[in-house]
Amino acid sequence: MISAPDVVAFTKEDEYEEEPYNEPALPEEYSVPLFPFASQGANPWSKLSGAKFSRDFILISEFSEQVGPQPLLTIPNDTKVFGTFDLNYFSLRIMSVDYQASFVGHPPGSAYPKLNFVEDSKVVLGDSKEGAFAYVHHLTLYDLEARGFVRPFCMAYISADQHKIMQQFQELSAEFSKASECLKTGNRKAFAGELEKKLKDLDYTRTVLHMETEIQKKANDKGFYSSQAIEKANELASVEKSIIEHQDLLKQIRSYPRRKSKGSDLCSRETEYTQDRPSQAATTSDPEESADTDRYTCRPAYTPKLIKAKSTKCFDKKLKTLEELCDTDYFTQTLAQLSHIERMFRGDLCYLLTSQIDRALLKQQHVTNFLFEDFAEADDRAVVRQESAPAEPSQDRPPSRSLEKCPIPQVLISMGSYRSSVESVLIKMEQELGDEEYKEVEGTESGSFDPQDNLDCLDMDMKGSISSGESIEVLGTEKATSVLSKSDSLGSLTVPLSPQVVRSKAVSHRTISEDSIEVLSTCPSEALIPDDFKASYPSAINEEESYADDGKGAIHFQVGTSPPEPGEAEEGSVENTPLQTDASCCIGKETGGPQVPLSSPALTLSDEEGVVSTPPQRSRQKDQGFHVDFAMENSNLSSRDHSSEGFPAYELDPSHLLASQDDSKTSLDDYSDSTSCVSSVASTSSDRMPSSAHPTGPSSERHKKRAGQNALKFIRQYPFAHPAIYSLLSGRTLVVLGEEEAMVRKLVTALSIFVPNYGCCAKPVKHWVSSPLHISDFQKWKLIGLQRAVSPAGTGALHALSRYSRYTSVLDLDRKTLRCPLYRGTLVPRLADRRTHIRRGSTYYMHVQSVLAQLCAKAFLYTFCHHLHLPTRGREAEAAAASRQASFLQLSLGLVNEDVKVVQYLAELLRLHYTQEHPGAIQPTLRFDYVPSFLYKI
Amino acid sequence: MLRWLIGGGREPQGLAEKSPLQTIGEEQTQNPYTELLVLKAHHDIVRFLVQLDDYRFASAGDDGIVVVWNAQTGEKLLELNGHTQKITAIITLPSLEACEEKNQLILTASADRTVIISLNPEPSEIAMVTKGPVWDCDTGRQVQKVSCFQSTVKCLAVLRRLDVWLSGGNDLCMWNRKLDLLCKTSHLSDTGISALIEIPKNCVVAAVGKELIIFRLVAPTEGSLGWDILEVKRLLDHQDNILSLVNVNDLSFVTGSHVGELIIWDILDWTVQACEHNFWDPSPQLDTQQEIKLCQKPNDVSIHHFTWDEENIFVAVGRGLYVYNLQMKRVIACQKTAHDSSVLHVAKLPNRQLISCSEDGSVRIWELREKQQLAAEPVPTGFFNMWGFGRVNKQASHPVKKQQENAILFSLELIGDLIGHSSSVEMFLYFEDHGLVTCSADHLIILWKNGERESGLRSLKLFQKLEENGDLYLAV
Repeated sequence: MISAPDVVAFTKEDEYEEEPYNEPALPEEYSVPLFPFASQGANPWSKLSGAKFSRDFILISEFSEQVGPQPLLTIPNDTKVFGTFDLNYFSLRIMSVDYQASFVGHPPGSAYPKLNFVEDSKVVLGDSKEGAFAYVHHLTLYDLEARGFVRPFCMAYISADQHKIMQQFQELSAEFSKASECLKTGNRKAFAGELEKKLKDLDYTRTVLHMETEIQKKANDKGFYSSQAIEKANELASVEKSIIEHQDLLKQIRSYPRRKSKGSDLCSRETEYTQDRPSQAATTSDPEESADTDRYTCRPAYTPKLIKAKSTKCFDKKLKTLEELCDTDYFTQTLAQLSHIERMFRGDLCYLLTSQIDRALLKQQHVTNFLFEDFAEADDRAVVRQESAPAEPSQDRPPSRSLEKCPIPQVLISMGSYRSSVESVLIKMEQELGDEEYKEVEGTESGSFDPQDNLDCLDMDMKGSISSGESIEVLGTEKATSVLSKSDSLGSLTVPLSPQVVRSKAVSHRTISEDSIEVLSTCPSEALIPDDFKASYPSAINEEESYADDGKGAIHFQVGTSPPEPGEAEEGSVENTPLQTDASCCIGKETGGPQVPLSSPALTLSDEEGVVSTPPQRSRQKDQGFHVDFAMENSNLSSRDHSSEGFPAYELDPSHLLASQDDSKTSLDDYSDSTSCVSSVASTSSDRMPSSAHPTGPSSERHKKRAGQNALKFIRQYPFAHPAIYSLLSGRTLVVLGEEEAMVRKLVTALSIFVPNYGCCAKPVKHWVSSPLHISDFQKWKLIGLQRAVSPAGTGALHALSRYSRYTSVLDLDRKTLRCPLYRGTLVPRLADRRTHIRRGSTYYMHVQSVLAQLCAKAFLYTFCHHLHLPTRGREAEAAAASRQASFLQLSLGLVNEDVKVVQYLAELLRLHYTQEHPGAIQPTLRFDYVPSFLYKI
Repeated sequence: MLRWLIGGGREPQGLAEKSPLQTIGEEQTQNPYTELLVLKAHHDIVRFLVQLDDYRFASAGDDGIVVVWNAQTGEKLLELNGHTQKITAIITLPSLEACEEKNQLILTASADRTVIISLNPEPSEIAMVTKGPVWDCDTGRQVQKVSCFQSTVKCLAVLRRLDVWLSGGNDLCMWNRKLDLLCKTSHLSDTGISALIEIPKNCVVAAVGKELIIFRLVAPTEGSLGWDILEVKRLLDHQDNILSLVNVNDLSFVTGSHVGELIIWDILDWTVQACEHNFWDPSPQLDTQQEIKLCQKPNDVSIHHFTWDEENIFVAVGRGLYVYNLQMKRVIACQKTAHDSSVLHVAKLPNRQLISCSEDGSVRIWELREKQQLAAEPVPTGFFNMWGFGRVNKQASHPVKKQQENAILFSLELIGDLIGHSSSVEMFLYFEDHGLVTCSADHLIILWKNGERESGLRSLKLFQKLEENGDLYLAV
């Protein structure tokens, strides 16, 4: 039936259900929530057009006591990024929603000013008019010269995609907390230094005043004091008081709970610094202990100054810059961390989610992942993963969940965080409540909420935010925790908006937003008291975790269908992705790739001929035309046009709008040397490789893109690409022979994506050799770039090559020939289809990765199936085991001809890797086959 | 798909040039060696390999170092540095049954005129050799060194029965295990003893130039104190320098000379049993397709090495391989040009296979096959001197036996070649369980393994480890 395409073409899919394909349900951990409004024809990127900035960026703002909210710097520090976006205005907005109890001063009932070790508040804000949504991280730094000793700052991650902010909330929060912690650590250090100086000044002043008083006393030894003397005495008294106050402050800043800085290696220096300091309660105000602090003040090389009695607070003084406030080292570290965050969250949400899933899953594949994955990166990611993933109490997790550190639960529970945060506002209000009460309140609150309500609430956000004009919405905050020595700071909370109001608004779908600021939710807040820190610090993240299940359900309710998974490794389902029913055969070959699930059937049919300059394939939804070519049809684009003026045309591509500057440039390069300038929507959507976490992300990114692009070129250009790739996959060394080093290197780099790795060290690839090869080279390297030289040494090299011809396949770049064994399998054609519709290097790279992942799975199965390799009963003939192996490879794994050898080679590598005590210690032996080679020519 | 297949399997160029050389394509279904491991430790020509036990071997060469290897994993176990010049002979001195120490001793002779006896300890045990100038190497093994030689020791022999060992240079010395010089002959010749074997009746045969000298070792008895070496007989049948000397069974020993004379001697009365000296002779029924080369260099017929089994002696003659049947007393099969250059070493495997290595850097695997042919012309063995040389013309005394009745013919079929070394392959060693070890002038040692078997072993290891880790779940 399938063999009659004309019949199929006129058959409705519904009628074609004789053999309903039972696609195994996707494991939960694979599922990514679909864009909720896909059914309405909305484009996931449509919101972008409203934004005035080209891609996400980080903004640091300050609420200056002199000029009010002001932007300080953006990351990346490039005006192109935020374009015409009004930073001042946005700073005003985000700084006006500060929930933290940043109170310092004389609390009632306390004689001295108290420092509050304020936990940062984490809020999600939305400004739908600007099309900007932001994760805002408020923090407070100390400045002796500032009002109340505090300088409120905030760091905001600004994105046009609300969902991205919401769904990546946990990760953003974790990452920004690191940055904030770094800043604050530096600030504490700087503040302590400042205090010390001030104390010396004061001490000096006191001595001077004391002397003056003595002189005056001596001068008039009458029984009464002159008014001058009284003034002096007052002055002295105030200095004394000031000294005590400052000593107290110093003690407080030094007694900052050390455990908070634990785990953050950025702050290790601070830990050292405070290591042997007795952790004293912040409440200690005994002036007798001031002697203690003296030993801290013995810092060299500071000449104290005389301090005028009058307060120096005036508005013309220059406030310290952020860099001055923190130590310069810490400041640069923070900036590094922030740009790391920027890179980490760069790109589309779908992409981020997929790559997070990808990473988590990949980490699980510890038996096979060394083969084709970039290991250094994977390792690094893993570290970040562990840091960013909060420690989750296991009892909150469903037992079926197998991914321990899987990011998905966090993705799915974003709804939960809505809820818990909303409730937590109560706590904010009633900070006097003890822990138990807190729990109790929370329990009742959560009981009173219907998940459906929440859903509606979210729905309203999404729809309403477009029309909400002036409003700025607070979408969520995390706890604003204040360390209170007493609970008396409650009355002085300077929250701009009553949390009670916040909550009611959130529940009532923001219809009563009088003051044009809408707070959708806040996260739980809690008081942080140093003494019983542990007891009263149930992590907010943990709290949210406990709602995971409810929230997840809600999301699924919205999602409706589960998305096709591009990188799935399951055998069989590859052939049966929903679109395959009428896709043409050439498409069918690349079902492993991420492109097909999105491509429209109609267009793929027209693409059959594999013409290079085919129009981009549209997404299944109504195409919003991200590509420049479609600017005419694109209504949304026009609204963006004014903001994107001055950008090169290629930057209008959404992927580049989201991408970094350097990436854009790279892609320009890639365009220029690619055979086609056309990119499909599908490939744009999956264009970003995992860029997160790795400081050298962009470069390896670029590397992958280039490699993929060049590999694609190779496949298109050389008809004998298949046997060449087969050689690489089966462990037969491929020698790329050429005169021109650049060309050889380029091709070697491109082909290296097909080379299986021995272990977690670098891939066995030698980019350029000019000396004759030896047998040990073939043992060590699986892909070699060899110089063809006319010198005698060169002929020697060629002679050696012909001598060792049985171990090598030789690709002659100059003559365009390939000498290698025959390949008749089906695997490589899928991996490297000449007529592939993939146009982009990075897409192709991902396609390769997915096919190879599938291959790895097969190799894994083959390697670890006990009965295949060991006699099942007693002494069985070896032939029986061999025939079992052969039938397993052929029937169960569906491998034909030479494909078997690929899997066998990978299995060898797996065995070697698994049994090795010290990974990488032993080089694998050189395995080879006695098979004839053939000469291929173009 | 645009693809042109041009030609079939091409032969490696180096081999394809020589037309008479039998070649085998890339398709070698019978060649079991599909895995190799390159072992690097030496920095000069590796000339000797000696098997220590089931899984260990030692290599020695011109760089004067001895390396002990694990034949299974290719792991380098020990490196023994002691000699300042190239090593000329290596032999193992088996431990005595009575002796408690299980350690094997390795005797090495070098061009620096010393013999070092080095301990090859089990990893757990390091025993002490107590006497003599003890030289302690880096690895902490005790090594004893004898340096009272007037000439380079070219060969070593161990007589287990007497528990002595002999060193042959310009003279013949007898030593005991404790490195005491027991006895010594007078200066024999300037060329020195090139080979030394033990034969019954406490005798040894030494090849000195063209001569074979038979010595009798006299053990101390009541009458005479001390050991003595008596020269018993000199055999002068060879026309040229004797290159190889082995005893093939209880009845005979064999010598081969530079000009291709193969003489089989009676081991007891030291008489010539058989002689074969016309290996250069074309034998049409064996190599009909091959041209007869008229100008052969004498080097081409020098007998470098031979090996034997119960029936046959396998002789490396120049570039060729010959199978000489002991019963029939004639050559039953041959490959006149088995290699591009001289064959240096041959060995017989249990499965009727023969392995040869050569100066051309290749190792070839042959199989001795019976030709089920109709009775063909017998080998015209008496056809000597036709293309011979002036110096090889005294052959009258050699019995020429034509066994006309014999219809079974054999042939040596090439079943595989191992190409890995870039220079002359000096020697190889065959392990029943671990494959083949070859050493070469390119400073490398290559371990050739049966890929299938290794794969199975690795698989076994994998499941063992799985089981150890408790990760193995057997399906019911």
